[in-house]
Amino acid sequence: MNKIIKELVTPFVAIIIAILIGACVMILTGHNPLTAYGALFSGAFGSTVNLSNTMANAIPLILSGLGVAIAFKAGLFNIGAEGQYWIGSMAAVWIGYSVHGLPPILHISLAVLVSILAAGLWAGIIPGLAKALVGAHEVITTMMMSYIAIFLSHYMLENGPMMQPGFVPQSPVILPSAMLGKIVDRTQLSWGLVIALVVCVIVYWLLYKTTLGYRLRAVGLNSRAAKYAGINVSFNLVLALFISGMLAGLAGVVQMLGVQHRLYDSFSSGYGFTAIVVAILANNNPFGVILASIFFAALSTGGQSMQLVSGVPAHLTDVISGIIIFLIASKDVISLVQKRWRRRHSLAPVKEA
Amino acid sequence: MLWDTLARPDLWAATLAMATPIALPALGGTFSERSGVVNIAMEGIMLIGAFFGVLFSFYTHSAWLGLLGALLMGALISALFAYVTVSLGADQVIVGMSINIFAAGLTAFLLNTIFGYGGTPRETPALPNLTIPGISDIPFVGPILGSQNVVVYLMFFLVFASHYFLFHTNLGLRIRAVGENPQAADTAGLNVRNLRYLGVMIGGMLSSLGGVYLALGLLNSFEVNMSGGRGYIAMAAMIFGKWTPFGSLGAALLFGFATALSMILQGGGISSNIIQMLPYALTILALTGLVGRSTAPAADGIPYNPNK
Amino acid sequence: MRTCLEVREITKSFPGVLANDHVNLTVREGEIHAILGENGAGKSTLVKIIYGLYKPDSGSIRLYDQELNFASPRQAIEAGIGMVHQHFMLIPALTVAENVVLGGEPGRIHYRRKENVEIVRQLAKQYHMELDPDAKVGDLTVGLQQRVEILKVFYRKAKLLILDEPTAMLTPQEVEELILVMERLRSQGVPIVFISHKLDEVQRISDRVTVMRAGKTVNTVETKSTTPQELANLMVGREVVLHVSKPPQKLGEPVLQLEDIVVSSGRNEKVKKVSFDVHRGEIFGLAGIDGNGQFELVEAITGLLPCKTGRIRLLGKDITSSSVQHRTNAGIAYIPQDRQLDGLVMDFELTENFVLRDFSKAPFARLGQMQVKPIEEYATRLSEDFDVRPRRIHAFAQNLSGGNQQKVILAREVSRNPELLIAAQPTRGLDVGAIQFIHNKLLELRSDGKAILLVSLELDEILALSDRIGVFYAGRLMGIFPSGQVTREQLGLLMTGVDLGSGGRL
Repeated sequence: MNKIIKELVTPFVAIIIAILIGACVMILTGHNPLTAYGALFSGAFGSTVNLSNTMANAIPLILSGLGVAIAFKAGLFNIGAEGQYWIGSMAAVWIGYSVHGLPPILHISLAVLVSILAAGLWAGIIPGLAKALVGAHEVITTMMMSYIAIFLSHYMLENGPMMQPGFVPQSPVILPSAMLGKIVDRTQLSWGLVIALVVCVIVYWLLYKTTLGYRLRAVGLNSRAAKYAGINVSFNLVLALFISGMLAGLAGVVQMLGVQHRLYDSFSSGYGFTAIVVAILANNNPFGVILASIFFAALSTGGQSMQLVSGVPAHLTDVISGIIIFLIASKDVISLVQKRWRRRHSLAPVKEA
Repeated sequence: MLWDTLARPDLWAATLAMATPIALPALGGTFSERSGVVNIAMEGIMLIGAFFGVLFSFYTHSAWLGLLGALLMGALISALFAYVTVSLGADQVIVGMSINIFAAGLTAFLLNTIFGYGGTPRETPALPNLTIPGISDIPFVGPILGSQNVVVYLMFFLVFASHYFLFHTNLGLRIRAVGENPQAADTAGLNVRNLRYLGVMIGGMLSSLGGVYLALGLLNSFEVNMSGGRGYIAMAAMIFGKWTPFGSLGAALLFGFATALSMILQGGGISSNIIQMLPYALTILALTGLVGRSTAPAADGIPYNPNK
Repeated sequence: MRTCLEVREITKSFPGVLANDHVNLTVREGEIHAILGENGAGKSTLVKIIYGLYKPDSGSIRLYDQELNFASPRQAIEAGIGMVHQHFMLIPALTVAENVVLGGEPGRIHYRRKENVEIVRQLAKQYHMELDPDAKVGDLTVGLQQRVEILKVFYRKAKLLILDEPTAMLTPQEVEELILVMERLRSQGVPIVFISHKLDEVQRISDRVTVMRAGKTVNTVETKSTTPQELANLMVGREVVLHVSKPPQKLGEPVLQLEDIVVSSGRNEKVKKVSFDVHRGEIFGLAGIDGNGQFELVEAITGLLPCKTGRIRLLGKDITSSSVQHRTNAGIAYIPQDRQLDGLVMDFELTENFVLRDFSKAPFARLGQMQVKPIEEYATRLSEDFDVRPRRIHAFAQNLSGGNQQKVILAREVSRNPELLIAAQPTRGLDVGAIQFIHNKLLELRSDGKAILLVSLELDEILALSDRIGVFYAGRLMGIFPSGQVTREQLGLLMTGVDLGSGGRL
């Protein structure tokens, strides 16, 4: 229990500081922070519809966040979750509209299976092997692969095989047999949430209860000791990126089958990058990923109603996210705050005595 | 068909226009990484430069003062980045990411707060296009080189100046030394911290200039997230250009050419999207040593703690 | 002759260690002054104090008439002290000339390439060193890189040159060239202080020798008027050997057999044709000064480094090209010298560290799933048997003291019931209690008929525990001696490369 509280301190302090800075900005720009944050909160959680949409937004974040976190656990920075998301989405939509005559359970399973394999290979083969064989830094290679994936999707939708005839570059709609049902009607919340939560438990189990997870973590924490323990470091690096890509790809699959039902032409889903932020705030803890995803999803859905109700531009939530990660990354700032806090609280009784 | 396209001067003019906002941050990244700091924050710094360029330009009624203000803001935000990464030794990639998110949010927030939801005013003074009398009359070359935005010419000048600075001055030698082996530089009496600050801040100002070009040179307005990943692309250009100013320029021209070609080919023949993938694929190949191996400065990305 | 450098009563302590204890040193103008001592005698601390890297607790240093009180190497450089570190402070991507002038470039803004190249060319000529100023340092051999370091020192107009273990990384030919350079420098009147633990070099090069032992300067003698034996005696002292009661043991069958092992690491051959056996029921002690190849040999036996040639056999079976895992399963246990870097995953819990070698085997794993219960039981049992404190199996390894960390490794390795235990520096940095515990465990294993290869830099440890002692020097085995038939002094000579002749050999 103590351990859990300890893990929560840093993100909690960072969030508080960021929210306070946000409040200062609101006051400076002539807004009432209480009204604004109130609107944000109720916009995110205030009604069934709002809550459902927040949770729906959290689903792809949870899945891709888990992907980034598992790579971090193996000592790798998968900055290209965005591209793996696109690969997963493309494959899912393609299976979704082109394979006919399957019962839903099979159709969905097939889409999931093919897509996560594609996304996993996308991350594992080139960035993974480049890292394992010649030590090419995965930050750059996964990012490059990300751009390639996005241009590939443009190609597919604008003049490639997935183009739907018409003026808008988009894919055909997937067949009903490939769609995930909704948990709450007339919202975006699909049964993808259950998938995300189950996957979260699986990732936790994988990381902490299996020999595979033991290997990945050993490689991430101390590759020399891992080598001495007889673990094949190169292979596990490739494997970690493969799994990481599968999870980011799954985020795309669930978003396609559960919410969008077709692929639109766009430069960024945003999920792949937010996934990094999620993993950092969660300190790579699988259950922390759920909390962090809900937090960022709430910022984004609540931000809209904050803008409507109080007139504070929704983009302020991005400022807050940026500050949170900045504070967590520069750990010393947080520990400085903690020290001050503790000193004040440990001095008090001395005075009394 | 292909030959006809390549003979069009507007293709090459567009190549230059598209290469400039990549070349400038790539040049900035070269300074930062040569001093040993991986600066993934270039994307965000470009946005800061773009927004504050417009802001200052609008309020001072001078695009040049706008540019100056943007450079100052670029220096300021990169000083913050340097403080956390160099002085506190925080993870450079994560801090860079956070600055990108922060900058995207901040500029969009300020845009809406200051200018409202209608965007920046049309009457904002822009940076002028220069028409060079002798060159603009030459056929083919004229339309390409004769009449470009002033920042494009400035970019060429800065590439030469950066090359001179990094490879032919004492200070340049010191910056490179710090990026290769800070401990050795320290024992030789160099101030590692200050030199890294310098590298990062020059880098920040160059990235910021790239942003200014987008806002005051190309478009004459600020739009949310208008850097559109160019800061990241610049990183690829810098790597593909082997961490040198001329290399960065060359790679930026290649990236710019791919973009320009895809704009011109829009809708016909070879897929423009496939062409645009090529630079990224080449960057991966360069990193893995399959196409002219690119090696980073030896201490790139590693915080230096003198007490160890 | 004038006195160049005078060190008086320098004392420096680190937490738990008195590194320098009232040290005195006088260096005269135009002499080569060697500082000789074992690992940990305090040589490096002394020169780091002189160079401004450490601040002494007390004592004084004078360079000619100037009282020195440095806060940083920068001030030492300005005062005229130049030092060549054992690990070079060079920038491989830059040229020789750039490296030499860095930090003191002539001119203000423009880098004067031609002028600098000429300066360095002249400098090299002045000190009779052949060097191409335009060559990239990374392309040079280690010997040439060392010259760049020396030129750097003289470019800054040093009045005194300090060389920290200058021959450690050099090939024999390069050592010869370095000696020539040093002699030329002496003939030009430059005083040189050089640190070494190699007697033959000290004998050949130096004019005077200061011997250090356990943080103290034992004596300063004229090299000509002394013998290697005398120096070796001064160096290793005559302390009482740590007493361990060791019942006599009969030598069993050979467990580990090494035949003509050659191991390369980096550009050098670190182990050159080494052959010996380790038998059941014996502790084979491998003595030697750090950096002579003994740890590379250990890594070759455990499978972390490949053997270039030669053959390794375990219980008669050839394991020369087996994987680490296979060797582990065949019965090799290993206590690495750096427990935090190689032996433990510091951010893992003790439970996880206890099964580092066997995590994928039953009963700790079934069908790829870690079995919590058996692992916890095993961890609890090992913690109790080896008295690991605190007795919390879910504590992180990093929260344990060094001694308890070492117990975890020992417990893990020994409890696998191995045939051969390789213990590299098993007691490094531990307190007396932990040392005793580990020594007793090693002796217990010996009584159980295991084969033990003990590699240690501490002569006392080797002498106290070993049944046979092999001495490693420059990648070679200088000889193998039954314990009791070799003295501390003889070992000291052998470790510094002095052959005892046929009389000493067996």
